[in-house]
Amino acid sequence: MRKVVRGFYSVAYSVKLCKPNVICAYPITPQTEIVENLAAMYANGELGDAEYITAESEFGAASTLVGASAAGARVFSATCSQGLILMSEVLFNAAGMRLPIVLVNTNRALSAPLSIWNDHQDSMAMRDAGIMQVYVENNQEAHDMVPQAYKVAEDRRVLLPFMVCMDGYKLTHAYEPIDLLDQETVDSFLPPYEPAAYMTTKKPLAFGCYAPPHIYMELRVAMQQAMERAKEVMSEVYREWGELTGRDWGGHIAVDFPDSRIFVVAMGSVVGLLRKVVEELRREGQSVGLIKIRTFRPFPVEELRDALKDAEKVIVLDRSVSFGYEGPVSIDLKSAIYGHSSAEIYSYAVGLGGRDMPKDFLEKLIRDVAEGREEPGFAFKGYHEFEEVIP
Amino acid sequence: MKFFGSGHGACPGCGLPIAVKTVLNVLEGKVFAVNSTGCLEIISSQYGKNAWNVPYIHSLFENAAAVAAGVEAALRAMKRKDEGYVVVFAGDGATADIGIGTLSGAFDRNHDILYICLDNEAYQNTGHQQSGLTPPGESTTTTPAGRVLPGKVGRKKDMISIAVAHGIPYVASSSVGYISDIRRKVKKAVKFEGAKYIQIHSPCVTGWGIDGSLSIKVARLAVETGLYPLVEYEYGKLTSVKKIKDRKPVEEYLKLQRRFRHLFTHERGREMIEVLQKFADENAEKYGLDLRKEE
Ligand code: SF4
Repeated sequence: MRKVVRGFYSVAYSVKLCKPNVICAYPITPQTEIVENLAAMYANGELGDAEYITAESEFGAASTLVGASAAGARVFSATCSQGLILMSEVLFNAAGMRLPIVLVNTNRALSAPLSIWNDHQDSMAMRDAGIMQVYVENNQEAHDMVPQAYKVAEDRRVLLPFMVCMDGYKLTHAYEPIDLLDQETVDSFLPPYEPAAYMTTKKPLAFGCYAPPHIYMELRVAMQQAMERAKEVMSEVYREWGELTGRDWGGHIAVDFPDSRIFVVAMGSVVGLLRKVVEELRREGQSVGLIKIRTFRPFPVEELRDALKDAEKVIVLDRSVSFGYEGPVSIDLKSAIYGHSSAEIYSYAVGLGGRDMPKDFLEKLIRDVAEGREEPGFAFKGYHEFEEVIP
Repeated sequence: MKFFGSGHGACPGCGLPIAVKTVLNVLEGKVFAVNSTGCLEIISSQYGKNAWNVPYIHSLFENAAAVAAGVEAALRAMKRKDEGYVVVFAGDGATADIGIGTLSGAFDRNHDILYICLDNEAYQNTGHQQSGLTPPGESTTTTPAGRVLPGKVGRKKDMISIAVAHGIPYVASSSVGYISDIRRKVKKAVKFEGAKYIQIHSPCVTGWGIDGSLSIKVARLAVETGLYPLVEYEYGKLTSVKKIKDRKPVEEYLKLQRRFRHLFTHERGREMIEVLQKFADENAEKYGLDLRKEE
């Protein structure tokens, strides 16, 4: 059913079709309307036997999902920004406990200074938690990602939390025509959750044991192996989704114009506009291609090596910064292609805290690199010099 | 059948295993145990040496109430509530300090859980640091008795009143010194639908500085002096109080424990003993602890 809906609803509706048993969340802009939509569905009796819990904080919400997931429930929460980092202690824990919790993060900048607008600093802070991260380009992809997230997370080869990242405001508040999934399609794709292990008095098991040095490392190695297997499982699931719905969002990365000399690499909603810019530049005869990173964790190392093996210049657009170094996507990309590509890397931090990235800005950025007006290295782009009050 | 025990590594004389075994036995092992980080978790949940024979989860220090809420919600959503009771075992620091936010949330939403606070009056797992439930005058490693300070200055947080203020159906205090009291209260608590809170005074031999063989005696003295009143609230109303025949002076309790030893030599020791005596007297007054002749 095609309907014009906001990003919030595209997610909430998809969550409903996945039939979670327990939803627990705490409001935060620009996520709130996702859980408000779910709360309305709950109030109207549209969520079956599910329990919807209003937590006292995001920390509490994530903790509640840990308990529910360990007891064998399919669970959901949504958050962003301060809420996500408030959850962070729990999320590291949930990953270690191998709980297939599914989250939607509506990417928003971190304080200070306080900003409710979009960038990727929040989810990047969760990069090392053991949580799968996928960044979507538009609300249809967000809608489509939720059932896929459950299928991957709950696969016995994986069993790790999954976070779908969608840009706050840019996507959440946008109205778009969405092909809404129907229950039969989702049911045929996503079987009921059958946990590999769960809390039951019929067969008592212990979750969250403490591990002395003789065993801790083995369990962490197992997490890494699960992430490696997740890459395979995600590929299978992405393919299956494409066949089932006719909407193929690509693999871990999606490459436009693979034979280019220059590539722009980006994640999230900016990809749509970049595609237009790249197409126009190509019409002018520039050899520019586009790489959209969908799966950020596990990181698509082989895919990037392959896509960039003959590239001459790579422009990486980061929506966050590892202060004292550079953008995390760029850091990871460089390390992935090291020894496999001799491309020069132009690493740019852009669009922080909702800073606009209009078409002419992106166009100039690419043109300056393509036409040799830039040196490789890291830089912030799209900001103004200003006099600090405190030096 | 044993629900807790084989392999646990508590110090001999520790109150924790006594309390846990009592609770699990009363509930015949029909328990989903949720444990916060602390001594109990460390002595019982080592990978490969799990001492729990009921489904068990430990997540973090400060989130046991929220995790329990999740377990309970899941059981409700999946129509598995008849499998057992959701019971939290958390220390005093986890309950009254770092975890009070999630605890308040779970109480506020009135989840059908039994929250047991095992109150040994300090962070014992990390070597005896003060918590909100450390009584005044106690020397801990973060409130040591020094040339100037006589140990902790300040009150023991009144968690019983805080729990009662949430309007939950059942709140009680109990003590490892009175096993049958724990048994009775647990049995009664689980009859209520909604959140239940029982705070159990539990001696820590190393932190309190007592001989393991004295645990029960010391725990009983806390009650007999009025420092640890055993009370029971149903829907906000005080419904029972353990009466004391001849209330003992607090010194009798204090002098057996290394954590209070300085009070008998320190310049401000007398003052702190008086604070504690006043605390006991206030309890006696508030709850009507003293058994009078006519009663
Ligand atoms: S340190 Fe204290 S609380 Fe911990 S096991 Fe020993 S006696 Fe029990």
